Amino acid sequence: MTLGDLWTGTGEWLKGSGPNSDIVMSSRIRLARNLKKYPFPHWADAEQLEAVISDFKSAYGRIDFFRDALFLRMGELDSLEKQMLIERHLVSREHALRPEHKAVLISDREVISIMVNEEDHLRVQVLQSGFNLQDTWKLAGRIDGELEQFLDFAYSPEVGYLTCCPTNIGTGLRASCMVHLPALVMTKQAGRIIQAIGKLGMTTRGLFGEGTESYGNFFQISNQVTLGNSEEEMVDNLGRIIRQIIEQENAARSAIYANQRLLLEDRITRSLEELKSAKLISTEEALNFLSTIRLGADLGIIKGVDRDMLNGLFIRIQPAHLQKKEGKQLSAEERDAVRAEFISEKFNLKDQS
Amino acid sequence: MLCQVCGKNDATVEFTEIVNDEVKQLQLCDACAKKKGIEMEQHFSIADFLAGLSEPDAKGPGGGPVLKCGNCGMTFNDFQKIGRFGCADCYTAFRENLLPLLKRIHGSTRHTGKAKKSESSDLRHTLQLKLKLAIDREEFEEAAKLRDLIRDLENKPGEKK
Repeated sequence: MTLGDLWTGTGEWLKGSGPNSDIVMSSRIRLARNLKKYPFPHWADAEQLEAVISDFKSAYGRIDFFRDALFLRMGELDSLEKQMLIERHLVSREHALRPEHKAVLISDREVISIMVNEEDHLRVQVLQSGFNLQDTWKLAGRIDGELEQFLDFAYSPEVGYLTCCPTNIGTGLRASCMVHLPALVMTKQAGRIIQAIGKLGMTTRGLFGEGTESYGNFFQISNQVTLGNSEEEMVDNLGRIIRQIIEQENAARSAIYANQRLLLEDRITRSLEELKSAKLISTEEALNFLSTIRLGADLGIIKGVDRDMLNGLFIRIQPAHLQKKEGKQLSAEERDAVRAEFISEKFNLKDQS
Repeated sequence: MLCQVCGKNDATVEFTEIVNDEVKQLQLCDACAKKKGIEMEQHFSIADFLAGLSEPDAKGPGGGPVLKCGNCGMTFNDFQKIGRFGCADCYTAFRENLLPLLKRIHGSTRHTGKAKKSESSDLRHTLQLKLKLAIDREEFEEAAKLRDLIRDLENKPGEKK
């Protein structure tokens, strides 16, 4: 795979299929791992960081799984490309912000990405579409096993995998689901549910992970505790909570559909018209309209809009993706214009077909 | 004092917020602190948390010198400031001070998940070696913990991977 292939392709997690993919956009597992013989990245010198990268390269090179994977050194990417990796959920902001001695390995269809020298030496991420935590965990576990054959991970029998931050120690596992909850937001129940989730040891974040706001009614829900339970239990616990959230969102959708049908149709059709006719639109505004249209498509109120097109738009209207498409740097206002044109083309095209 | 956000419940938490270089102190009730916690998660650093948890200038056993990792040179003070370990050996160096912290964060101090492959096959062997070493050094508290670990392992043959 080349960098060009990456930009033209769409990640597997956006294809909008898999179980409950109307509400659960994607499932993700992240494992934190460190190499025993080097200090953790923030405490290591340049030579040690380079040694981590070269040990990792020789390890993944021996794993069949990664034969077609793309290995990128963060320092060799321009700022637009780094931003695009963030928009695609392949690297963290931190990883792009301080690119020296950092790298990322990205598998075919962006299912697996491994950040090298982020907070931990390795951050293995597996990301798949739909409500698919079990399979996603199985794949992450398999990759971990493969890597473990060639790399000596920092581990203690007492507290498990040793991580840079004590909040990740043990399994080093963070499981999360990205859920789309427009009906719960509309009925003002989302806040109450987020609070309840917090009491169960889970964290809620926005569309782009840590420290980001929730746009377009997307929430990322993940486990907080990494020590004391097995990986299966952690994945199971999150799964159980997500299942309840799905039920609640479905109940709210049915209630609105039954009791406020006109109001719902009004919002949905207006959102569609706004997107068709807008001349300037910010990312936030666009995401909110797209969210309503996604709900309309899920409920069958809008026909002929497929979920993978909508999911793809969630990424392609982001600032760096737009600038890449235009082939130049754009000011915020120029971006809003290009974004509006791009989106309206997509929806007007849909009308003709 | 009443909570400065809802004005209904008693304030139990002092919340310090820095917005545009201005320090704001709020007295909050549990519920409002939790809500705030969700909003502020990003700005809350683990280092602040640690600093509030353990004694500064943690000394070695018996009031010895400052705790320091022999491998990477990180002191326990460094760890409290940064909130991150320096290397894998830091865990062993700071173990006694860390276990209460892990308990606070995770509600547990014992890994029960997947064992590292190379370790699990000879995990018992390693633990037994460590136990012998601990007994030789008369570190009985440590020895008792190791004995429990070995016992756990023997009682759960199905979990040996």
